Amino acid sequence: MTRSDANVTLLAEQIKDGARLALPSENSGVPVAVVRALIARGARDLRLVGGPTGGFAIDLLVGAGCVASVEAAGVSLGPRGLAPRFCAAVEAGEIEMIDSTCPATHAGFIAGEKRLPFMAVRGVFGSDMLKNRSDWTVIDNPFPPHDPVVVVPAILPDVTALHAPLADEAGNVWVGNRRELKTMARAAKQVLVTVERIHPGNLVKDSAMAPGLLTAPYIDLIALAPRGAAPTALPPDYGPDDAMLDSYASAAKTREGFDGWLADFLGHDGAA
Amino acid sequence: MMREYTREEFLIATMSGLFGDGRFMVSGVNSPIPAAAGLLHEHQQPGFFVSIHGDPDRTPFVDGGVEPFDMAAQGRLDTFVFGGVQVDGQANINLVSIGDPKRPKKRFTGSFGAAGLYYLIPNIVLFFPSHSRRSLVQKVDFRSASPQAPEGAFRQGGPRWLLTDLCLFRFDPVTGGFELASVHPGQTIAAIRDATGFDFVVPKDVPTTAEPDAATLARIRGDVRDGLSVAYAQFAKDCIKEPGS
Repeated sequence: MTRSDANVTLLAEQIKDGARLALPSENSGVPVAVVRALIARGARDLRLVGGPTGGFAIDLLVGAGCVASVEAAGVSLGPRGLAPRFCAAVEAGEIEMIDSTCPATHAGFIAGEKRLPFMAVRGVFGSDMLKNRSDWTVIDNPFPPHDPVVVVPAILPDVTALHAPLADEAGNVWVGNRRELKTMARAAKQVLVTVERIHPGNLVKDSAMAPGLLTAPYIDLIALAPRGAAPTALPPDYGPDDAMLDSYASAAKTREGFDGWLADFLGHDGAA
Repeated sequence: MMREYTREEFLIATMSGLFGDGRFMVSGVNSPIPAAAGLLHEHQQPGFFVSIHGDPDRTPFVDGGVEPFDMAAQGRLDTFVFGGVQVDGQANINLVSIGDPKRPKKRFTGSFGAAGLYYLIPNIVLFFPSHSRRSLVQKVDFRSASPQAPEGAFRQGGPRWLLTDLCLFRFDPVTGGFELASVHPGQTIAAIRDATGFDFVVPKDVPTTAEPDAATLARIRGDVRDGLSVAYAQFAKDCIKEPGS
């Protein structure tokens, strides 16, 4: 059912140009190795969905020209400030930005997981997201007190790609307490996972680990990719690579700086 | 007069006074002053707890990114501090862009959870530490979050305060506008008007914002500085004086 002998290049090949691709928020299992393979392949017109926000990987894909649109509640480099290539691309009109707000994106993925057409979300009234987005609307609660409620459509990504600390020999992937990763995966048509290592046995039988599993039936391909989330953090395995992220934040402020940084990044131990 | 405290220590002390009798606060990403104010408030309000992004011992969430939003909806999250690029006189905040949002002059991060939380958290403090007409505007260029809802909409929270480096405003949910609550030491109402892009109500007597007393400063430089160092070591070192100073 699950192929755990795949490699990162094969995973990236599954993500077709134009695909709607959901990616985890920063430091929550960002599949940087797959992102690098996508860039190396010259992927185009990806429609990214942040789960619900994005950072380094989205900035990198945008800067590399792989992206048609970004749907997210926020894109930033966290403590390093604004995401420079993302901001430049929005300012230049090079990508479509579909602004969201965290609970609305979560609601969209939850609707997707349940294959419901939509999900209600509290608040959001008066915001320009509600005004600008033709796919969000206000309905009357059909039950008392019949109050107005914002509803958002299901998010059904073509692919959700994520990186996790481990998969077991039965093809279950441990995502720990990042429950939204399970929701994003279950909402997607195809699920691609890279992992740090393969754990012997079947963790479904381990009651301490089982609640943190995305089990094998949800997963299409698994590839081994040690440090596959770096330079972003992968708790509890490793923290952020501060030196690398600092160098990125500084280089990516200009087009030329970004191009040079990306060339180094792709050249690194024979990308993909 | 030479002040005995840093600008940040003053803002920490002033902000903590706005947290009231709630029990649970979450401080967001890149928010050292709100986190420190929360830590200080723990000493002033027994039973109060601040969750600090980046401090594993202060992050009681085990169900991923959804859980804080669900807690807010359940009425279990009492206090939150929002910043942004702009705020206007109706307490709309902008975290998205300057200019036409479709083709902005300057793009920022995005709205994060603000649009939802604006209706769910009872005590929302808006924090704009660089008070000027560029940030306190007549009308925001993008509404990331707004208290303006259709009639009958569910609401258990909203913006209550706007704290800047010049003064403190109170938001009046009935009129939908701000009233000057206090003026920071050394500032004048005229200077605040000059630096503010929206109209606000000025009551007859506007007090001066209280300065932190010696005990409060000692607390900030002791336990608060220590606790804050887990997530914000550099800020704690640079912006809060050494214990005993």
